[in-house]
Amino acid sequence: MISLEGVSIRAGAFSLEDVSFSVPGGAYGVLMGPTGSGKTTLVEVICGLRKPSGGRVLVDGVDVTREPPGNRGIGYVPQDGALFPTMSVREQLGFALRVRRRPAGEVEGRVAELAGRLGIAHLLERKPAGLSGGERQRIALGRALAARPGVLLLDEPLSALDEEMRGDMRDLLKSVQREQGVSVLHVTHDRSEAVALADVLLVMRGGGVKTADVATL
Amino acid sequence: MTDTHRAGANWPFWVTIVAVVSTYLLFLLGMLLATATYTSPHHLVRALGSREIQYATGLSLVTCTVTAVLSLVVAVPSGYLMARCNFRGKNFLDTLLDVPIVLPPMVIGLCLLILFQTPFGQAVEKVVPFTYTVYGVVLAQFVVGAAFAVRQMRTTFDHLPARPEDVAMTLGCSRGKAVRLVTLPAAKRGMFSAASVAWARSLGEFGPILVFAGATRMKTEVLPTTVWLELSVGNLEASIAVSLMMVVLAVAVLLAMRAAGERP
Repeated sequence: MISLEGVSIRAGAFSLEDVSFSVPGGAYGVLMGPTGSGKTTLVEVICGLRKPSGGRVLVDGVDVTREPPGNRGIGYVPQDGALFPTMSVREQLGFALRVRRRPAGEVEGRVAELAGRLGIAHLLERKPAGLSGGERQRIALGRALAARPGVLLLDEPLSALDEEMRGDMRDLLKSVQREQGVSVLHVTHDRSEAVALADVLLVMRGGGVKTADVATL
Repeated sequence: MTDTHRAGANWPFWVTIVAVVSTYLLFLLGMLLATATYTSPHHLVRALGSREIQYATGLSLVTCTVTAVLSLVVAVPSGYLMARCNFRGKNFLDTLLDVPIVLPPMVIGLCLLILFQTPFGQAVEKVVPFTYTVYGVVLAQFVVGAAFAVRQMRTTFDHLPARPEDVAMTLGCSRGKAVRLVTLPAAKRGMFSAASVAWARSLGEFGPILVFAGATRMKTEVLPTTVWLELSVGNLEASIAVSLMMVVLAVAVLLAMRAAGERP
C-alpha cells in the first residue's frame, strides 16, 4: 500500500498543497495530470529524491518520509528508463541484489527469472546503447522489481514508445503487477492508459490530487 | 502571386570554411616543420645525450604525471559539485575556479612565492619545502593544470544525466555509492580527458615554475626551463631539439590517453 498524508511541495514558483491519497496493497493506481502539473516532482517526493515541505509518505503503513530512497521499498522506473550506461543488461537487473550483498547464485536466479518473464533474456550481455525504447523500459522495469519492492512507481513508462509497442507494454505491466503482487503508482497524462490500467484513478487538478472514477473519465 | 525568391548557392559557405581551416592548419604545420628542419639529427642526438637534458626530461615526465593525478583528485569532486548542485555563491565560486586560467603565469608564481612567506606557508615549508624545490614544480604546475581539469570534469558531469544516479539510490545505494558505481564509470572518458589536459598544460608550464621553483640545473629544471636556459646562452640547436622532443612527447601522451579513455 502507498499513502500520502497532507504532502506539500514547494520548488521555486511551483507548489502542490495538502496532497493526500492512497493506493491499496496489490492495486494498480494511475495518477493522471497534464504535462507540467508536477507529476514527476511528486514521484520524486515519494521515492525520497526530494524533500516535501510538509506531510507524510507511507509504504505499507510505515512512515518513510525521513528514510533515504534505498530504504523505502519502492521500485522506480523513470520516464526514459535511465539505464546505467556502462553496465550490461545482466548487471542492471542484478544491481539491487548485488548492492544488498546477496549470494551470487540468488542474484543469477533472479536475473534469469526476470529476464525470462520480461522477454529480455536474449539481451543480457548487451549494453543500453542501441536498445529500443520498449527494450529499455522492460529492463528498467526488471531492474526496479529485482529486490521485490512493495511499491512500484512508474513515471510515464509508455510515453516514449510507439503505438504498437505501447499496447504490449501495457499488458505486460498489468500482468507483471498481478503476478508480483506489488502496488503500482503509474503516472501519465494519457487518458486511454488510465482507463486500461487503473484500479484506482487519481487526478491532479488545481495544485491537488483527487480520487476519480474510471467510468466517468 | 508567385514567390520569386531563390535560395543562394551553398558553395561560397563551404569554400570559406575550407579556406579558413586550411590556412590555419598550414600555419601550424609550417611552424612545426620550420622548427624541425632548422636542426639536424646530429644536433638532436647530441642534445638528447646531455645529462642535464635527460634529467629535465625525467623530471618533466614525473612531475606532469603527479600533477595530472592530483588535478583529477580535485577536479572530480569540484566538477561534480558545480554540475549537480545549486547553492548560494555558486557564480562566485565558478569565477574563482577559473582564476588560474586567466591570471598571467608570472603572477601565479609570484602569488605562490608570497603564500609561502606567510606564517601558514612557513609552517607548511617546515614539513614539505616547496619554494625552489621539485615539490614547488609540481605545485606550480598543479595551480593551472587543476583549473583546466576542473573545467573539463564539469562539462563531463553536465553532459551525464543525473537520473541513473537517482535510480541507483532507490535501488539501495547511498549517494556516494551511486556516484562510484554508476556516474564515475560513465565519466571515464571525461576523466582521461581531464587528466591529459592537466598533463599537457603542465608539460608547457614555465612562468610559475621559474618564479616559484627556480631554474636550477639538475634540480628544478624541467623541459621548458631547458629551452629557456639553452636559448639564454645562445645554444639554439639544443633548445630546438628539446622543443621538438616536447612536441613529440605531448602528442604521444595525448594519443595514449585518448586511446585508454576510448577503451570499453
